[in-house]
Amino acid sequence: MYRYDEFDAALVRERVAQFRGQVTRRLDGTLLEDEFKPLRLQNGVYLQLHAYMLRVAIPYGQLDPAKIRRLADIAERYDRGYGHFTTRQNIQFNWVSLKDIPDILDTLADVEMHAIQTSGNCIRNVTSDHFAGATADEIMDPRPWCELIRQWSTFHPEFAFLPRKFKIAVTAADHDRAAIRVHDIGLHMRRRGNEIGFEVHVGGGQGRTPIIATQIANFIPESQILDYLEAVMRVYNRFGRRDNKYKARIKILVSEAGPDAFRQLVDAEFAAQGPTETLALPQAEIDRVEAYFRAPYLPARTSASAALALARTADPGLDQWARTNLHPHKQAGYTSLTISLKPVGGLAGDATSAQMRAIADLAEQFGQDDIRVTHTQNIVLPHIAEDDLPALYSRLVEVGLATANEGLITDMIVCPGLDYCNLANARSIPVGQDIQNAFADPAEQEDIGRLHINISGCINACGHHHVGHIGILGVDRKGEEFYQISLGGRADEKAAIGEIAGRALPHEEVPGAIRRLVATYRALRTHPEESFIETLDRIGHDPFKEAIYAAD
Amino acid sequence: MPLIKDGRESDNIWSNLDDERQDIAGSHVTVSLARFLRHKAEHDLPNVTLGVRLAPEDDPALLRPFLDDLILIEVSFPKYTDGRGYSQAQLLRRRYGYRGELRAVGHVLRDQILYMNRSGFDAFETSRADLSQVLAALTEHSAYYQPAADRAPSIFARRHPRSD
Repeated sequence: MYRYDEFDAALVRERVAQFRGQVTRRLDGTLLEDEFKPLRLQNGVYLQLHAYMLRVAIPYGQLDPAKIRRLADIAERYDRGYGHFTTRQNIQFNWVSLKDIPDILDTLADVEMHAIQTSGNCIRNVTSDHFAGATADEIMDPRPWCELIRQWSTFHPEFAFLPRKFKIAVTAADHDRAAIRVHDIGLHMRRRGNEIGFEVHVGGGQGRTPIIATQIANFIPESQILDYLEAVMRVYNRFGRRDNKYKARIKILVSEAGPDAFRQLVDAEFAAQGPTETLALPQAEIDRVEAYFRAPYLPARTSASAALALARTADPGLDQWARTNLHPHKQAGYTSLTISLKPVGGLAGDATSAQMRAIADLAEQFGQDDIRVTHTQNIVLPHIAEDDLPALYSRLVEVGLATANEGLITDMIVCPGLDYCNLANARSIPVGQDIQNAFADPAEQEDIGRLHINISGCINACGHHHVGHIGILGVDRKGEEFYQISLGGRADEKAAIGEIAGRALPHEEVPGAIRRLVATYRALRTHPEESFIETLDRIGHDPFKEAIYAAD
Repeated sequence: MPLIKDGRESDNIWSNLDDERQDIAGSHVTVSLARFLRHKAEHDLPNVTLGVRLAPEDDPALLRPFLDDLILIEVSFPKYTDGRGYSQAQLLRRRYGYRGELRAVGHVLRDQILYMNRSGFDAFETSRADLSQVLAALTEHSAYYQPAADRAPSIFARRHPRSD
């Protein structure tokens, strides 16, 4: 995992000092609120419904025990004893006070963390595959490039006042777990002979105008990718719309200009870069960063753990959890495990200080010090010996982190909604909890299989409802909360925007509608392994729409 | 409005004419890009040193034929949240090789000045920051990841000094 050198460390400290000065000037009135706003935003500080919210960057979701323990300390000392992991693989603290934030940033800097560019109209935290470096289906580990992009985009002098926020995601796996086609830029790493390069997708996004990204380059060699990104960013900075914030994302520029015209603008800008303009990233620098991400040494083990098999026969809970929460590791005898932050009736993505510390201990004892945050708001320990799973599972049970639902119907993405957010039109959390309660039986969840329900409390779509297999959008109807259901969205390599099924339903009718929808799927699937989204793709939306409104 | 140039307070001998129909008076005047191009095409102002004030939507490439003679380009920031001026500056300095004064005008704030300087601005017309604040802002970072118009070596390069 990457470690700061003296440059990285100095910059983060200097940023804290700079922001401390800005907060001082704001508090003494030298700095007007309007002028302070983009400065605090570029340091992750929002003014929310009830308090300031601080969003801390977790670049590409990468944590280690020291980092997550520090987050636990911050939650305890400055917040209410918990933090909220987000769909940007970041963490948010919802109850901090402005005067404490410079001190919090200082304590983050101690463990090589920061809140730089976690908000504002700049290049945001780079996200990636949470199984990077461990999964069998990737051509290489994408994290070195996430780190290089993080550094290149940090304090970029030209791109701090873009038309709108800008999000980049990177994957190197066939199965896209980073949702790259719904990002402003999605990079898919490819191999050509001995050369590594990037397939570039631009202009995807959710929000009120959901669009799947356009592929504008097949293969940009790794030595040129940062220069190519500069070209895309400059085209966007110069020509992106600034007259209407809802039309300011790069997806609107790409769709209004047309993909071909946009590609030509980027190609022309890229071709025009002179020798003094290119970054000319030294190969030695690529090698230096890659060295930090070498695979950990994992002693050889047999492919089927006898200890695990024995423990599974004795403990049905462990058996269930081992069926749902494990992902194949590239090395025999190992697995990547998901620690679900979606207990039935809980708050999606929330973890208490005690839970964060328990995760740190487990990563230290069993997991090569490696911890990831997923964009579905869970935690992953990517390198776990199968032999260690029984011991690990019992510790997770003790701290309430053994929910066996990864990728299942109760593992929902849920935005904070009207309970916390001043943009929301409707509550998200109670709807999610009611659906979870309707499907609380673990055996039933497992029988339903992979099904992603995503819930947003407004059209800004922080809960990714457009790309949920079932999407739920909260809308306000004359002061009453209603929920619009969409079908068929997905965020992976077959990315698609869900289609609205029909009129919105009142809160109390949503769980019943979802139950009828799921019953229809179970009746229509050809066999239990055919997933909900496959059945939907095969036979179309009509029977499912009928099921939603069958109570009428 | 106070002018800070090359790290010092500086007298401003220039005036800006934003009324397209008004006649030019004075020896050093900046005008819009359209008017600048018109006067250059007509060679009708032999006794005036003409500068140009770019609006955010202007294409700085149109100035390329005149850059050797130009001594002032103003880049306007009607709102500091409009970042197009940073790209105009980078293009003028790094791609087109402009060597004269590049002045940020408009809504120029202390906390934008470091990025402006990195993007190629050497002069700032601002009532929102005094000299000491500007100088402090320029030294808030000791190193930079990206190469930019200020030609400071990038961290990527500094990590790998050439042995020759």
